[in-house]
Amino acid sequence: MTLAGKSGRESVVILGARAVDPTEGLDALVDLRIDAGIISRIEPAGSRLDLNGHRVVEGEGLVLAPAFVDPHVHLRTPGREDEEDIASGTRAAAAGGYCAILAMPNTDPVVDSASVLGALLERARTQAEVPVGFLAAITKGQEGEELTEMIELAEAGAAGFSDDGRPVVAPSLMRRALQYNAAAGRPIALHCEEPTLSRGGQMHEGAVSAELGFGGYPAVAESLMVGRDLALARYEGEGLHLLHLSARGSVEELRAAQAEGVRATAEVTPHHLCLTDEAVRSLDSNVKMNPPLRAEEDRETLLEALRDGSIAAIATDHAPHARHEKEVPFEGAPFGVTGLETAFSVLYTRLVKPGLLELGTLLERMSAGPARIYGLERPQIAVGAPANLVLLDLEATWEPSETGFQSKSANSWLLGATLQGTVALTLAAGRMAHSA
Amino acid sequence: MADVHPLIRDELLPPHRPPRRHLISIADLEREDVERLLALSRTFSRSLEREVKKLPALRGRTVVNLFYESSTRTSSSFELAAKRLSADVMSIKATGSAVDKGESLKDTALTIGCYDPDVVVIRHPEIGAPNLVALHTNAHVVNAGDGKRQHPTQALLDLYTIEEELGGIDGLHVAIVGDVLHSRVARSNVQALLLMGARVTLVGPPALIPRGIEAMGCTSSHDIGAIRGADVVYVLRMQKERMLAGANYVPSLREYTARWGVTRDRLRPGQKVMHPGPMNRGVEIDDEVADMADALIERQVRSGLVVRMAVLYDLLTHGPIEVKVAEIEAVA
Repeated sequence: MTLAGKSGRESVVILGARAVDPTEGLDALVDLRIDAGIISRIEPAGSRLDLNGHRVVEGEGLVLAPAFVDPHVHLRTPGREDEEDIASGTRAAAAGGYCAILAMPNTDPVVDSASVLGALLERARTQAEVPVGFLAAITKGQEGEELTEMIELAEAGAAGFSDDGRPVVAPSLMRRALQYNAAAGRPIALHCEEPTLSRGGQMHEGAVSAELGFGGYPAVAESLMVGRDLALARYEGEGLHLLHLSARGSVEELRAAQAEGVRATAEVTPHHLCLTDEAVRSLDSNVKMNPPLRAEEDRETLLEALRDGSIAAIATDHAPHARHEKEVPFEGAPFGVTGLETAFSVLYTRLVKPGLLELGTLLERMSAGPARIYGLERPQIAVGAPANLVLLDLEATWEPSETGFQSKSANSWLLGATLQGTVALTLAAGRMAHSA
Repeated sequence: MADVHPLIRDELLPPHRPPRRHLISIADLEREDVERLLALSRTFSRSLEREVKKLPALRGRTVVNLFYESSTRTSSSFELAAKRLSADVMSIKATGSAVDKGESLKDTALTIGCYDPDVVVIRHPEIGAPNLVALHTNAHVVNAGDGKRQHPTQALLDLYTIEEELGGIDGLHVAIVGDVLHSRVARSNVQALLLMGARVTLVGPPALIPRGIEAMGCTSSHDIGAIRGADVVYVLRMQKERMLAGANYVPSLREYTARWGVTRDRLRPGQKVMHPGPMNRGVEIDDEVADMADALIERQVRSGLVVRMAVLYDLLTHGPIEVKVAEIEAVA
């Protein structure tokens, strides 16, 4: 696979920060030196590192962690550059503390040929503020009828395969994709939705949809498809990755399959971890997403699965939409919310601070977890590793507002909320990609 | 309240609390809001017994009716209610307007807002449309039906009708029969009836009783026999267009009528029957029931006028306050 984007050979010294790398078992106050984009020394704080010729960052009171990896972003390019493009989307990623992101192929045209993929990678090389990888479609035009040329796409640098936004409806075609991927060898990432059950669904089917009158999108529409795809993966002996899980039943299917040795991984979004369908009472189109916000028991199960590692990755499913498309009654609005610039802050504020999630677990699931799923180099705090680092201020607070985003779109569910935890600095591929 | 007609002033309840700026959902109301509106409706009802029915109460005020869905009784009764109160009324229908040209609801609201209307009455096929209009105009907004969510003036006129006929609502048992899933009338009425102390049972085919609706505080049954215990049987319109072959909410209209149609022999003597109209005679309700003395269906239409007068009057004769909006923060 190929990640494309700007890289650098910065020489930086970060002094006195609390370095936390859960995978390395590191949690200590350190001075850290980066030479030409590579971490060269890690010493106890106050070690009087040679600062000569380096940019010096005072890290006292800040947390230094491996930068984040977002395995699920919509860059809307090609086709809807008014909503997001490679430059703005990766600027947003850098502002959110990410050193690498993966973009989904449901663009216009769909990323289903080596030529479209090649053009994107070419553009990303010069425009992307942090390295970006591109998934290619499983089926041509994401129409669920013919497989794409998966081997050629893999050779052209596809990060994986997904028809995200839609399920692969026909079980026979899903099976063929898994079979063929044994030769193509990239992760297959699945949007699990049984479309005849979710048809007309605006939100989770339950007490809130019953009261508000919205068409229901039942949890079983997801878990049924998760079960089917895991059954096919088990039968074919292939792995798969489950995108943006929302329902308790899906987690139960996942756990059962993992226990049997199926190579299944999964991700969850910040909004599914923090909100429930109760939020839809606001009728705010910025809480409309697919899969929808579900019940409290679903949210709790997702959080539990994130804690125990059954769900190994946090993905934003950053889905920018034009303001005029969201500024309509809920039922007419498109599905999706932005998330790159708020993910860490909101999870820190809503989960870590109240003691529901360890800081180390959060950092791991936002970085090493997703990197491992897609076979990316794991961002780490270790001598010899490229500088993929984020410096976090856990005391600072901020309020997301419509005008404050790097993203071209502002369809965030957190407008006006007070969040604690800011990204002070992002180093991606040895380059200073963001500084507050 | 200086310009209130003397006839009306006598029976106004003292305002314990500031009224709502808009009437969008029954869920936004407290019991005393409803009591105030019902008392006001009674007052207006008496005024309509006079030979000259027009009151000067809202002279100089402008009411815009914005209807994105077909409607006979709701639009005509809002129009007449405003006229009876001497307001200027402008009615806009979605067909033949800029909406046909693809104008967004926000832009339509901004455009209408330029005329400084005092009230915008809106009916729209999408849930939350009135909230959006409230966000983009300075007018008081009255929801005349938004998608499958709410139709608050229907619920108020039903409460008024029940109170007039049965002397009160507290402690009554009301059965709502039929297609609850697609019914804003049912949702508004469940909330309104529970708010006023009634007990509600929903009766209908399984797929048409929304999963989880009992959380609102009502009970449900798939057995039409459950209506016998009720004081009032409220029959919902069977939305035939949704019952076409292939939808499979019910196997056929024939089977629906056979199992859940409200007929004389399924009722107990003395039970009151209501229907929001328009009726499908011979489908959800049979002719004999629709025309019997205990059917309050025409009473409901008459109540619609005075209740809508009360709603317009109530919104316009109190100072504006901010509408209650559920914050995402609060529920997160």
